[in-house]
Amino acid sequence: MSEEKQQVSRRQFLNYSLMGVGGFMAAGLLVSPIRMAIDPVLKKTSSAGEFVNVGLAVEDITTTPQRVDWQIDQVDGWYESKPGRSAWVYKNEKGDIVALSPVCTHLGCVVSWEGSDKHQNEFFCPCHDGRYTKDGVNIPGTPPLAPLSVYEHKVENGMLFLGKEISRKGA
Amino acid sequence: MLQKIYDWIDERVDITPIWRDIADHEVPEHVNPAHHFSAFVYCFGGLTFFVVVIQILSGMFLTMYYVPDIENAWKSVYYLQTEVAHGQIVRGMHHWGASIVIVMLLLHTLRVFFQGAYKKPRELNWMVGVLIFFVMLGLGFTGYLLPWDNKAFFATQVGLQMAEQVPIIGDELKILLAGDEEIVGAQTLTRFFAIHVFFLPAALFALLAAHFILIRRQGISGPL
Repeated sequence: MSEEKQQVSRRQFLNYSLMGVGGFMAAGLLVSPIRMAIDPVLKKTSSAGEFVNVGLAVEDITTTPQRVDWQIDQVDGWYESKPGRSAWVYKNEKGDIVALSPVCTHLGCVVSWEGSDKHQNEFFCPCHDGRYTKDGVNIPGTPPLAPLSVYEHKVENGMLFLGKEISRKGA
Repeated sequence: MLQKIYDWIDERVDITPIWRDIADHEVPEHVNPAHHFSAFVYCFGGLTFFVVVIQILSGMFLTMYYVPDIENAWKSVYYLQTEVAHGQIVRGMHHWGASIVIVMLLLHTLRVFFQGAYKKPRELNWMVGVLIFFVMLGLGFTGYLLPWDNKAFFATQVGLQMAEQVPIIGDELKILLAGDEEIVGAQTLTRFFAIHVFFLPAALFALLAAHFILIRRQGISGPL
């Protein structure tokens, strides 16, 4: 031990103790409110993306896109609802099922298969003449800057199930 | 009678110096429009505050009818707008004031900028002012959702997508604001209400206090 003792005066000691206790109390007071506020970020239990039977038999899916409408069970905290979803479903040349979201990637209108007489074999958006090829890729020179989103799909007992909507990068 | 009440209180708690300190200060000639009409540009800060006071008062009264619930929010706004006497006027004050406050704030900022009034020693007050600007934008953004009509809903969709573009923390920031990963719904509305009515006003009051204390300590900047 050195001769020079590190002196802590009574006043300093009390100051530090009070600051420590005060800081601890303030922190304790804030923990729960902050944890409560960030709960949605940590929980991430959105019901969106669960596979839902859309009521279409796989054998009825043709190479021509057909529109299917279904409802999902949406849980928003304490509020449960059944909002509608739509997709254009077809089999491509390889025989794979494709389910495209009809929401135009330009400004969110609803596109239709061969929605315009002038543009055969394409998806057409009536709002600003946005066009997409059959695989949902936007045609350059038309307003949309990204392909139509695709729905994840699976087949169970011959029925089509659609799940999460996956957006695709701009072409 | 009023004088007697004032004297009675003043005799006991000496309130005269308190309000003197707040209200009694010289207005230099170069900021007085009565001397130089062009000095009206100095009014924009005060006008911003005036509109803020209107926003606070009208907002307090709006909450007597408004409910932040997705089933009832729109209905409550519709009710107070169409059925409640003068409800249209109070909501009109809040609606138009929200735009006017931004206009006034920008004019005030332009005046401070082009007069160079932000320069030393007033840099700190400029920074506080910028924070006030951000808080005001936040109030505008969160308040826009509350009527829960189509315009409100889709404007918030866009705003949340913008928050999502923030590097690294974008996703978390969006969920923190929206209260859900995918849905703009019940939890978004309650969150935006809480932010609009409690969190941001609290921040605004603190920043305004700092803004005013600084301007009183440093005085208004000299003539050009």
